Amino acid sequence: MQRIGLAAVLLSTCLAGAVSAQNLKIAMETRLGNLDPILSAAHQTREHGYLIYDTLFAEDAEGKPQPQMIDSYTLSEDGKTYRFTLRDGLAFHDGAPVTTADVIASIQRWGLRDRMGMALMGITDSITAEDDKTFVIQLNVASGVVIEAFAKPSGVPLFIMPAAAAATPVTEAITNYIGSGPFSFVEADYVPGVKSIYLKNPAYQPRSEPASGLAGGKVAGVERIERIEIADALTAVNSLNEGEIDFVQTVPLDLAPLIEGSDAIVSGHLDEKGYQYGYRMNFLHAPFDNKLVRLAALNAIGQRDILQAQYGDAKNHQVCGAVFGCGTTYESDVLAEVAIESDIDKAKALLAESGYKGEPVLILHVTDSDAMAAVAPVMAQQLRSAGFNVELQAMDFMTMLSRRASKESVPNGGWSIFITSWQVNEISDPLRSFMVLANGSDGYAGWGSIPAIQELTDAFLIEPELEKRQAIAADIQRIVYEEGIYAPLGQSSRLNAWSSKVEGLIPNGPTVFWNVTKAAD
Amino acid sequence: MAFYILRRIIATIPVMGVVALLVFSLLYLAPGDPAIIIAGESASAEQLAKMREDMGLDEPMPVQFAKWLGRVVTGDLGTSLHSGKRVSEMIGARVGTTLSLALVTIVLSLLIAIPMGVLAAWARGRFLDKTMMTIAVLGFSTPVFVVGYALIFTFSVKAGWFPVQGFTPLADDPLRFLRTVTLPAFTLSLAYVALVSRITRSSLLEILGEDFIRTARAKGATERRILLRHALRNAAVPILTVAGSAAAFLIGGVVVTESVFNLPGMGRLVVESVLARDYPLIQGLILLLSLIYIGINLLTDLLYSVFDPRIRY
Repeated sequence: MQRIGLAAVLLSTCLAGAVSAQNLKIAMETRLGNLDPILSAAHQTREHGYLIYDTLFAEDAEGKPQPQMIDSYTLSEDGKTYRFTLRDGLAFHDGAPVTTADVIASIQRWGLRDRMGMALMGITDSITAEDDKTFVIQLNVASGVVIEAFAKPSGVPLFIMPAAAAATPVTEAITNYIGSGPFSFVEADYVPGVKSIYLKNPAYQPRSEPASGLAGGKVAGVERIERIEIADALTAVNSLNEGEIDFVQTVPLDLAPLIEGSDAIVSGHLDEKGYQYGYRMNFLHAPFDNKLVRLAALNAIGQRDILQAQYGDAKNHQVCGAVFGCGTTYESDVLAEVAIESDIDKAKALLAESGYKGEPVLILHVTDSDAMAAVAPVMAQQLRSAGFNVELQAMDFMTMLSRRASKESVPNGGWSIFITSWQVNEISDPLRSFMVLANGSDGYAGWGSIPAIQELTDAFLIEPELEKRQAIAADIQRIVYEEGIYAPLGQSSRLNAWSSKVEGLIPNGPTVFWNVTKAAD
Repeated sequence: MAFYILRRIIATIPVMGVVALLVFSLLYLAPGDPAIIIAGESASAEQLAKMREDMGLDEPMPVQFAKWLGRVVTGDLGTSLHSGKRVSEMIGARVGTTLSLALVTIVLSLLIAIPMGVLAAWARGRFLDKTMMTIAVLGFSTPVFVVGYALIFTFSVKAGWFPVQGFTPLADDPLRFLRTVTLPAFTLSLAYVALVSRITRSSLLEILGEDFIRTARAKGATERRILLRHALRNAAVPILTVAGSAAAFLIGGVVVTESVFNLPGMGRLVVESVLARDYPLIQGLILLLSLIYIGINLLTDLLYSVFDPRIRY
């Protein structure tokens, strides 16, 4: 029996194959679907984008924009004219130099898709190339957020593509995957839902500054990255434990004990701010077409019970009532207690005053997300405690996105409350966050019509001074809570895990793999 | 025989048509919008409308179906809405894994199940019979994912004999292929073993009560000869029927097994395409799976005549 065991071990060792220190094997949270990081705002498409594309600016570890492809820039005295110069040595994976034609085409496509980009294009008179390395953006009004927009890390980041790819209509996916980033994409080896291969771009010239956040020198520390799609979280964790893969982007909290205490595995929260969870109510139909009913719900729903049910230990979550996130430039505590605490007595009083007739409140319950599945049942119970008639309807996240588009009443297939999440850097100011929008029935799901929100957002866009922008953001937060437009449910960061042979992972919202090295066995 | 096969093949065409129409209708009625799934929460209503138009999703269902059918007739299954790759190419990249898994599972199952059933019938009412049938009931009752995780924990995580996940094609490395397919095939085979062993046992017991068996015994034939030569051959048709139907039933188990062992097969592709509402891919997959199902049934029918010469087509 011992001989059989020994033979099996020897056989498995021989067959395991040489594990290369130059081949980093990663398993991300969900599969890579679409390959166009401008068309698709999916985080996995974004992570793909960061491997193969470069950006004009990038946020550093403190969230401050730093030049990335840009060498230098100037701003005119009236604050309306930006002149940017590209740094030397920029080239696409096919060897073609990156020129201002590529940059301008990329900005224009991004400006049709990203909310911040669209706002910026709305105040832009022209973008012109002075030569292959210098381009000028002429605004019609001064703004304090141009560089922030170019450096935004998520939502839809401004990735620079070849002009031919950037000429693709923004509603169609690109078919040319050539970038100028530290890794190139091996299209021939791409099997959707199975694997994607990235090779080090030997011609890439990193900046000289050390890597910090998404800024600084992007030094490719491994020759090859093999992204393996593993749908089952337990299989991914087991595979990491067995040394078959080197990095797991998300370890569900209930599986964390499987990696705790292992010398071979390191775990941590690379995205320290994490995700903000929150909910919006449907203004179009009863009962939330009544402001007092919305306020009753806001008061009934509190973060503490929900966070504890969903994330357990307090180290895994953060109570936060700031609609633009905690730990951000525009964090505010204005009326934050409304979102944080559950006040059932006040909710009951408001509900009695509102004339609520027991209309059903239908919560779209997303069940296929480890980070959200427990939220809706606790929320439902809080609402019931205040006197609401609540129903839960279970569905996967993608069905929720489609169902949420329905403007019908609840009996006709509509909804009352949906719950979603955004990475904090996607909701960290009024121009990025969709959750504070209240542009009526043509706007974001919920369809409240509160014109003051858009007026303040427009003022935010053209306000050059940071302190005044912070005051505007706090004003927006006040209106959001007074009208019951949106309420955050706190913040939580996913647990990442990687082999102890892997070093250099950079703390960030998006997960990036430059600067990463892997020790040999 | 050739005429029969041809007739059966031709008969699959209307069946496939009905399957295609049913799937198309169900997808049309099911909630979900590929445009929102691709573009995400931040896309504007105009952008989403343009995407739906580009994908042809704004057209009435009969028009969409007619266009799709027209392409399928010419051998074009369309293009994935998400990856932009051809559906035939995507399915082609996955079909080998699933077929390998299914074939190994069927062979492994029959090698285990038929001897189990024969032994149980031979030892009817005794300890061996009861043990075999208890194993069969357990195998049929235990969910596939529980078996899969238990095997991974025991043989991959603790013993380190097999990889936790992944697949190597037979042509690339036969030894590695065996290592990657053994646990999934064993997982998938349990229910199959249970089903086939129980039908083998009951069919044999029925045959063993026939007059010709008594005659064989009277003529001095050994129990072994009676069981394997006389009884088993006559019990082959019901065993074959159940084995054939159960092979189709394997398709359901493949979906879970491929996820647990992270095998890049069609089962996982079905789940991924449904969650992504990738309509052309779902339709292509269902079409192929229906063909496989029909093919298995045809093969089963043809094998009847091999085991029972009285059956002629």
